[in-house]
Amino acid sequence: MSMWVTVTINGERVRRDVEPRLLLVHFLRDELGLTGTHWGCDTSNCGACAVWLDGEPVKSCTVLTVMADGHEVRTVEGLEAGGELDVVQRAFLACHGVQCGFCTPGMLMTARALLDRNPDPSEAEIREAISGQVCRCTGYASIVRAIRWAAAEERRNRTATSEGGQ
Amino acid sequence: MQVPAPFEYERATSVDHAIELLGRLGASARLIAGGHSLLPMMKLRLVTVDYLIDINDLRRELAYIRVEPDPARPRSAGSRTGRRRTAGARTARSDSGDEAESTEDGVIPDGVIRIGALTRHRELLESEILRRTCPIFSEAERVIADPLVRNRGTIGGALCQADPSEDLTAVCTTLDASCVIRGPGGERVVSMAEFYRGPYETAVGPDEMLIEIRIPLRPGGSSAYEKVGRRAGDWAIVSCGAAVWLADGVITDARVGLAAVGPNTTGIPAVAQALRGQAPSEELFAQAGAIAAQYCSPVTDQRGHAEYKRHLAAELTRRTLRRAVARASGDDLLADDPQAPSGASRD
Repeated sequence: MSMWVTVTINGERVRRDVEPRLLLVHFLRDELGLTGTHWGCDTSNCGACAVWLDGEPVKSCTVLTVMADGHEVRTVEGLEAGGELDVVQRAFLACHGVQCGFCTPGMLMTARALLDRNPDPSEAEIREAISGQVCRCTGYASIVRAIRWAAAEERRNRTATSEGGQ
Repeated sequence: MQVPAPFEYERATSVDHAIELLGRLGASARLIAGGHSLLPMMKLRLVTVDYLIDINDLRRELAYIRVEPDPARPRSAGSRTGRRRTAGARTARSDSGDEAESTEDGVIPDGVIRIGALTRHRELLESEILRRTCPIFSEAERVIADPLVRNRGTIGGALCQADPSEDLTAVCTTLDASCVIRGPGGERVVSMAEFYRGPYETAVGPDEMLIEIRIPLRPGGSSAYEKVGRRAGDWAIVSCGAAVWLADGVITDARVGLAAVGPNTTGIPAVAQALRGQAPSEELFAQAGAIAAQYCSPVTDQRGHAEYKRHLAAELTRRTLRRAVARASGDDLLADDPQAPSGASRD
């Protein structure tokens, strides 16, 4: 039997009739066409499907859509604002944090969550933050570099803003 | 594509509602919290349910970490004599009277830590109360799965899954925790030995739920945890927790809990017997390790040979005892966790 759910996705309320067994990753990709969230190992190991649920990164292959009913989900499509890429997206471009790109959306969501919580993470903290995600190109060094670049860029932006007298 | 078999979904609005649903829907219903053990098993069709009862809305009732005076002891006597400074703590206890709610002055109160079953791994990892009073918790949480899984998984779910490789069962056994189970007839409190019946089997009945974990705090104690795994976030090859209590340079009590070395090796009373009344020494730790290795029953699998696991059981018992004793006796240098990431701040 199916049931109606209302999920706020990237700020927009979405109402759909779904089967309780529908996993959030498939809801996003197949029902809503938000294919930026990748579907990888299906066993909550690889982290390619990472999205935010109520502000925290989670693996959407291990969350039921019905469990997100009434909650907020943010996907990689929700990172850019007003046609501008988020700093972490620009960082992955600048530092070649993207190789084949499969793990990238999940890495971006985790990176954004980390920097929101800890604007100046150490390398160890960055590695810990992405430790639930697998890059099979083994491009971890570039990914870590990209997240550090993003942190530095955001610090520069903040300083510029405050020096500009707000 | 791995998809669970069809089921009906219900959301509990209170603990009582969840128990009522369990009673009405029967044994074909299961509670779901974080879902990071149950959903993978449902995907693999190792578990099939007719009903899933989602308890994630019960955080107000079931998500907390509190330090309280032990209800079994008179507060005025027990809570005062039972205080000690933690390793490295600079200040003495306050006399404010509500200190049992807080350990911010570095004092371990003599009482009980109450952890709601829906408390998530991340909250356990980041809990300052647990870091100060039971370092074993923070050390174990840091190596349980990965940050994303820890954002969802709960202590109640982990204990009820009762996977023999699961870390928190070993932690709670080491700390002599008890579990509060509520059912239609009310609440009952069981020890970890009673709670954990064997792989994937607990004392929680089909119409009951685990609602709280209680950890007794006793003066003069500390604890440590070690896990050996091949990959970040993987299950343990072997994990080991140790807790010790010292008085006048002598071990008054000690507990060791192992994970992943057999169907039911979470508590090893022989280790406690060997350690009690002895002064801590490397020889004693080695002796305890040998007992742990003797009492565990690992099997050869893709994570390693039985003999290797037995070796790890001995070695990790030694290491955790050494570190727990160092902490309990205030030896900061030895008590430091060598695996702690430098510069990490977890506030």
